Formats: sequence, C-alpha cells, structure tokens
Amino acid sequence: MPRAESAYLPGLTTRISGTPDSLRHSAVVRITHWIHALSFIGLLVSGFAILLAHPRFYWGEAGGLGTPSILDLPLPFMKGGPSGWGRNLHFLSAWVCVLTGSFYALSGILTRHFRANLMPAKADLSWRSLLRVVSNHLHLERPGPETALAYNPLQRLTYLVVVFVLLPLMIWTGFAMSPAIVSAFPALVTILGGQESARTIHFFAADLLVLFLLVHIAMVYLAGFRNRVQAMITGGSSAREEHP
Amino acid sequence: MNKSLSRRKLITTGLVSSAGVSGLAVAARLADRYGLIPPDHGGIYGVGQTLTYASQRILLPHQSMAREFKRSEISKVCPVNGAPPESETYHRLLAGGFADWRLTIDGLVARPSSFSLAELKGFPSSSQITHQACEEGWSFIAEWTGVPLSYVLNLAGVSPRAKYVFFFPFGEPSFPMGKKWGSLDMPDAWHPQTLLAYGMNGQELPAPHGAPVRVRVPRQLGFKSLKYLSRITVTDTAQNIGKGWGSSSPEHGFSWYGGI
Repeated sequence: MPRAESAYLPGLTTRISGTPDSLRHSAVVRITHWIHALSFIGLLVSGFAILLAHPRFYWGEAGGLGTPSILDLPLPFMKGGPSGWGRNLHFLSAWVCVLTGSFYALSGILTRHFRANLMPAKADLSWRSLLRVVSNHLHLERPGPETALAYNPLQRLTYLVVVFVLLPLMIWTGFAMSPAIVSAFPALVTILGGQESARTIHFFAADLLVLFLLVHIAMVYLAGFRNRVQAMITGGSSAREEHP
Repeated sequence: MNKSLSRRKLITTGLVSSAGVSGLAVAARLADRYGLIPPDHGGIYGVGQTLTYASQRILLPHQSMAREFKRSEISKVCPVNGAPPESETYHRLLAGGFADWRLTIDGLVARPSSFSLAELKGFPSSSQITHQACEEGWSFIAEWTGVPLSYVLNLAGVSPRAKYVFFFPFGEPSFPMGKKWGSLDMPDAWHPQTLLAYGMNGQELPAPHGAPVRVRVPRQLGFKSLKYLSRITVTDTAQNIGKGWGSSSPEHGFSWYGGI
C-alpha cells in the first residue's frame, strides 16, 4: 500500500530507498532502542543513588571533604545507604547498555544504517540550512509529515553526537574510575587529568544525556506521541498524523 | 504442518535446548575452575558482578601495577570512614603500642603461625605512593609502608588448593555497619602491591586508618583495604563464612569484588 506521505515528498522518495512497505525503523533499531531506554533509566536512577553518597565534585587525581571542590550540589550526603544497590544496578544496567550498544553500532555499520539514515547530506550541513532547522525548532514549529520518513540534519547530528561522542565518553570516564582497569591502561585516566576529573566529566556527560532524553521526549510529543511511539514498536509509520 | 515434521521439530528443539543447557553447565564449571565466578554471584545483580569480575580476570593482566605517584602528590587531607573499634581490648593495645598484638595466619597453610608487629616490621618492607578511592566518590593519595602479603603467605606455605585469603579484624562489633571482614582472590593476594601496611606517610599507621596493620589493595576500591587486622585465613571456598558471599560487603548490599 503506497503511503500517503509520499504525495507530499516527491524529492525525498529517492533518498528513502524503499518500497512502499519498507519499515521506518528496522527490527534491530527498535529492539535496541527499548533495551537502551530501560538500561538508561537504570543507569540514571542508580547513578543518582551513587551520587547521593558524595554529591561533590573535584578536579585532578584526588579530592574529598577538607579539599577544594569545583561543584557542591545542594543534596544531602547519604553515607552507607543507596550507593550499595545503586552500584549493583549501575553495573548491571551498564552491561546491558554496553552489550546492546555494541550490537547496535556493529549492525549500524554493517547495514549502512548510520550512513543512510544518520549522516547528514553535505548540502544540509551549510550554516544557512542548519540555521533554518534550528529556527524552526526554536519557533516550536510542528514537524511536518515529511519528518516521519527521514531525520532532519539537526536530528542526525544530535543522534551522531549521542551515539559516537557522549556514550563512548561515558564508558571511557567510567573505565577511568576503575582502579583495576587503569592499572592495566593508565592513559585512560591520565589523559583526563586524574580520577576525580574522570568522575566530574562522567557527571556532566550524564547531564547532557539527560538533556537529550528530555528534548527527545518533547520532540516525540510534538510530532505525535502515539504515532511515533507506535513506529518505534511496530516499525511501521502510519499515514495518519496525530495532533496532540 | 504435518505430523512427522512437527515431531522432527520437537526432537530438534529438544536436542538444541539440551545441548544449550549442558553447554551452559560446562561453561559454568570451567568458569568456576578458573576462578571467574565471584562468591556473590547470586541473584539478578550477581549477573553484573560475574560479568565484571570474569571479564576483568580474563582481559586484564593479573600482574598489572597500580599507578604510583610522586611524594609531592601526596594528599594533605586523608579522610576516613568510620571510627576505630571501641572495644577495651583495642584501646588497651593501642595505648601499649600494640606490643601484645599478634597477627594469626591459618587455614590452608603448611605452617600456621602468628606474628608480632615487631616481627612484621622485621620482614623485607615495601613502600608505595598510591591512589585510594572510596566507592562513595572521594579519594586521596598516600604513601603506605608494609610487608607484601605474598611474603607472609610464602612464610606460611600456601596450599595449591587455595582460592581465597580471608581477613578478619578485631573489635568487630563496634564497626558502623556491624562485623566487617573480607577476602581477596589469589591473583590479588599474590599481587606485589598488596601490602600488610603498618606505616602511612612516613609514620606509624594512625588508628583511624587501621592501626596496627591494614591490608592495602591499590587495584581495588578502598573498602577492600580492610583495617585493624587480627587474623588471616586461607581457604579453598567462600562458603561457611558469613553467608558465603566472600565478605561482609555483599551482606550490606555492596559487591565482593572492588576492582569495578
């Protein structure tokens, strides 16, 4: 069955390599998306629980009470409490996240998902065209039906930064806090300026990921929550656009 | 679907799943034999613990050395968690410079023995300036002096069956979270940087840092460097000690392995 959107998009049909029934999201993308969503919530909740044991940040190799900090969060110090289950949940979720992520990245390269769907076209990377997309976003313009078929350049860049910059940085800074791992690979921590620096970068990169999550959910809501969530579950993109 | 096909399918499924189950069972036994299963492997969180511990033991060299720092990098403040034992015995020993204190080593050793503080200080000593991080997130750099645990293990003659070295402090009931004790696997017990430390930053080990002797395991988080040592026991199993999870940490919701 031909999709109704194609009527609006004569120019795009060549880019979306596809037969009319080709799915918007492949099975790998859909399954890893939801496993990631779960493990991200696990990492977020448990990361916060660990943070509560010492909501204070330092720069350099070492730092603690009685030494200068670079950030004191207005949170209570909860010693010996939530960091126990917090650490257990954090590392379990991290394993799920990293294993799923490796599978996603490998399959994204092999199936050319990154190249076809996430790499922005050269023409879209000009300042003028990027500014236009940014201004559309800032004016909270409701995404048109064509957005159901392909990611816009800003989306593409954001996903690429999350997948290839922020998540690897989380893993790297996480490893840099492991005394066993850095004993084998000391450069992991010395490049970052020390173990406490790694912890601080881990925290700020996590904040950026939370920001991404909030914007991501807001955009899904603006674009039509049910339709988009359904597409990420069933893979199909229904022709009917919803208006929340 | 015809009958014979469904029967064939059933048999294939049965064969595949029993091969899968026995494959898993063999893998679990091999993993156990090669020391890849931590004592606190039970439950859903045990899956994460086992993956972390096994992958680090397989992928990381057993003899990798923790980073050592310059004397100028030693932290001016070295915080501690928890106060020294409150027992009368501990305070009597502390007042007497631990002259009457002895460290016992027993279990799977050829020569069960006990050593006084003076005897330990007479053994070849080793010093290291290493980083110690608490699981809570704070850290400090200090210089530690002591006798390598491997030296004492060799004196006692460890059995080839040994899998764990357990550490028991004294004055136990006064610890913030109840009795505290722990263990190391053999790679960390034999590691050249694992010390029985009696000195810190050029002085006697201060009471809050674990006097008279504490373990120092610089490749693991601070909670593995047990303080106020009294007894060392070598075993081939973690069972029958506490809940069998290798240390008191898992009983309080933390992990046994501290390498993360």
